[in-house]
Amino acid sequence: MTRAIVNIGPVRANQAFEVRTLLQHPMENGQRSDENGKRIPRRIVTEVEVRFEGELAWSAMLGPGIAANPYLAFWLSLPSEGELLIDWRGDEGFSHRERVAIRFAP
Amino acid sequence: MTAWLLMLALAAPLRSGLEDMSPALQALQRDDSQNPGMLWVRQGEHLFGAQCQRCHAQPPSAKRFPALSEGKLMNLGQRINACRAPAPAWGSEAPELLALTAFLGHRERGQLVEAPKDAALQADLREGERLFRQPMGQLGLSCAQCHDGQAGRRLGGSVILQGHANGYPVYRLAWQDMGSLQRRLRGCMTGVRAEPFAADDPAWTLLELYLKQRGAGLPIEVPAVRP
Repeated sequence: MTRAIVNIGPVRANQAFEVRTLLQHPMENGQRSDENGKRIPRRIVTEVEVRFEGELAWSAMLGPGIAANPYLAFWLSLPSEGELLIDWRGDEGFSHRERVAIRFAP
Repeated sequence: MTAWLLMLALAAPLRSGLEDMSPALQALQRDDSQNPGMLWVRQGEHLFGAQCQRCHAQPPSAKRFPALSEGKLMNLGQRINACRAPAPAWGSEAPELLALTAFLGHRERGQLVEAPKDAALQADLREGERLFRQPMGQLGLSCAQCHDGQAGRRLGGSVILQGHANGYPVYRLAWQDMGSLQRRLRGCMTGVRAEPFAADDPAWTLLELYLKQRGAGLPIEVPAVRP
């Protein structure tokens, strides 16, 4: 079962805050060979999209140079509370989604 | 020759591998939002709830292992496999076993490694120490020669660590993966061009027992990050 960890500090309206994500994924770069000399095929996450209440807030395209279990941190600023959706997609039909309910701190 | 080897002992104060890492890597281990090992801890938490909690209301202590259980010396992984019998045993690198041992070890992070005190384990401790001091492989090197005798100096540009086991299972950057103590020791044995013990050889657990005594007093760092 794919694991992802999302850490968000206290959020306040229209104030920049950091979202830190960690995804469990081997990020096989396609350059390695197994012990019989056979090339291990590439299997990486290729894109990440972050949507807030349906609107694209942040996205990234990843390449084979990204290490396994990628850590991605980014900053957002939100006008209201609501649902944050983080989608990872990659080779071999890989797809993982995390939903985070954003609630403002006092 | 043997007498000289027996004289090798850690003269320097105990030093975790953490202290020899770069500041960036130390920060990576210390930050739970970045430490990749936390992915396995979370997975272990989920697995524990799904499979173990029906018997274990509270997660049991990991730091008391290796210990005698059902008359045999077992490490935490072997004890988990014994619990699951007759289900097929998980290999030492099975993702589920790494997750469960990471979860249980992490709960005691910060507590100190305790020297095995059980009188019934003294013979096993001596055997573990004998294995640690035994020259092996094509290069005829023992663990003690490098990790007691040369710790702090360099081999091929890398600092030779004292070789403690206070952080296992560990996320190793060289593996880009989580791994058990057995995996690391297998790498060491291959490094001195020795045939690693078979997967089910009691030698692994005997060494783990001795390493626990040798590292007593160090803080538990599960899940550690290592280069």
